[in-house]
Amino acid sequence: MSDVARTTEIAAADSPASVKPKRRLFARTKPMIDRYKWYEVVGLYLGIAVFLFFVLAPFIEGFLVSLKPLAQLFSRPYNFIPKNGSFEAYFTMWQSVPALGMHIFNSFFISTIVTIIVVAIVVPASYAFARFNFAGAGLLLGGFLAVNMFSGAVLLIPLFRLMRTLGLLNTYWAMIVPGAAFLIPSSIWLLRTYMLRIPRELDEAAWVDGASRLYTLRRIILPLAMPGIVVVAIMTFIGAYAQQFIFALTFNSKTEFMPLPVGLFAFFGKQEVLWNELMAASFIGILPVMIVIVFLQRYLVAGLTAGAVKQ
Amino acid sequence: MTSTRSATLFALALLAPALIYILIIVAYPLVDTIILSFTNASLRAEYDWVGWANYQRIFGAGNFTEVIIRTFIWTFFSVSMKMIIGMCGAVLLNAAIPGQTLFRILTMPPWVVPMAIGIFMWGWMYNGQFGMISGLLQNFGLTNGPIAFLAYGNTAFWATIVTDVWIGVPMVTIYFLAAMQSIPKDLYEAAWTDGAGRFYRFRRITLPMMLPAVITMSLLSLIATFNSFDIIWILTQGGPSGSTTTMIIDTYKTAMGSRKYGEGAARAVVISIFVTIFCLVYFRAVRKLQQGEAK
Repeated sequence: MSDVARTTEIAAADSPASVKPKRRLFARTKPMIDRYKWYEVVGLYLGIAVFLFFVLAPFIEGFLVSLKPLAQLFSRPYNFIPKNGSFEAYFTMWQSVPALGMHIFNSFFISTIVTIIVVAIVVPASYAFARFNFAGAGLLLGGFLAVNMFSGAVLLIPLFRLMRTLGLLNTYWAMIVPGAAFLIPSSIWLLRTYMLRIPRELDEAAWVDGASRLYTLRRIILPLAMPGIVVVAIMTFIGAYAQQFIFALTFNSKTEFMPLPVGLFAFFGKQEVLWNELMAASFIGILPVMIVIVFLQRYLVAGLTAGAVKQ
Repeated sequence: MTSTRSATLFALALLAPALIYILIIVAYPLVDTIILSFTNASLRAEYDWVGWANYQRIFGAGNFTEVIIRTFIWTFFSVSMKMIIGMCGAVLLNAAIPGQTLFRILTMPPWVVPMAIGIFMWGWMYNGQFGMISGLLQNFGLTNGPIAFLAYGNTAFWATIVTDVWIGVPMVTIYFLAAMQSIPKDLYEAAWTDGAGRFYRFRRITLPMMLPAVITMSLLSLIATFNSFDIIWILTQGGPSGSTTTMIIDTYKTAMGSRKYGEGAARAVVISIFVTIFCLVYFRAVRKLQQGEAK
């Protein structure tokens, strides 16, 4: 356990974003180079405020809208801050969208199954790429990367026909199977990079002791790579959760299987949109990811940048 | 390890699941798209080989070239705005000031939150009568009446770009920030000792050192933006009167709206050709940059 914790530390420390500025010998104060004049500090905070306002404005507005009663929402002039706002929409939405609970469950269910499939496929594949220099390895790896470049939207027609032939249309699998395919390549890259850092001597020592290759993978590589596998699993889950739209929109028309984004899209398309409830429902769908970001921020940064910076 | 042959077999066995999965779900559909583009496939079970007829039709109609040009303009503005705003964000988040970690966390939501949900929120913000942007503009007296951003071709075009930029900026920012932090600190310290100011250091050290990251990210972002579907589909479905119809939207409408699979496939093939070209440029650039690093 402590081993795992330590390797996790190392993994996090390796990520560029968590590199802290080197402390000087007499380091109580900041190094001179990092000192700002007062107007520079003001300028920086102003700049950050503008930048974060752009990034967060839809969430702020969405949250405020979820608190406004409909009558106030559809009144003019525009009021940014809700007057006598309430959380009422968070209760009434369950009646307006009867399947809301189901949609949220579907989102989680689909993402979980996608994550399990991706991890099961990616762990052996990354090990193969990290340890064996077989002919064509580089080409295959490049091929996997190229898969990332083709979006599902381009392949929609044959995928639709394929799902129909396999009888998967209007089932969970119609969203799970193609969803997982487009998450496999980047996960292979990520985990391969991680496994390359595990010293080769460990494999060789096990080999000398007469361990089989499969045993080496199971008993030596897997435990050491666990932190990396966890990062891959988190990234896959978030990716699967964030990108549920086009396949779910096209390959499934049954309300009971719809994930949250598509379920809400149907709601969104109606003539009279109950915006406060739509926003409230959106926030319920966002909440789990927000919690993940707050608690796992440094692993996220490690995961997101590891594959990108040093390829 | 001994016996390379059994090692290779073992490696292939480990790779087999991933390989088979990708072959069935990505490679086969890609080939099938090309085959279908030469047929008149539709909802009916049987279809015929029609040769180049689909391609002749789409290029003959005239509005397809318009769609291609529109897609490139849309992509160009979106990618350049992502790069500029992402670079500004990275510089701001790189500054050693209190609150740094919090600001970095706050940058991430658009990236990790379900994309469609973020777009719903933009849909409301763009609402002319009651939305935030139009509302605030009116409150500050910047416009006379409400602006329904998604109701006019010109504003809808820019509105979809802004939303696409919003979704792309966090990734670009975090990526640039990581690249910025991997620049050796002694470079800055040496320049600082020599009396170089902050702006001079940025222009002469940061920017040149960041060039590989900027090139890589621009190309990756170009490919992602070119394939962007969700934003336009949720906000405008390609309208009003086709003003936001990019190639992906156009293909989707032909294939899933009109159920002309053959013609839709031909349009998808044209997209794939562009994506393949971008891909080759990307791979070439990455290889060149790595060689440059090795020297």
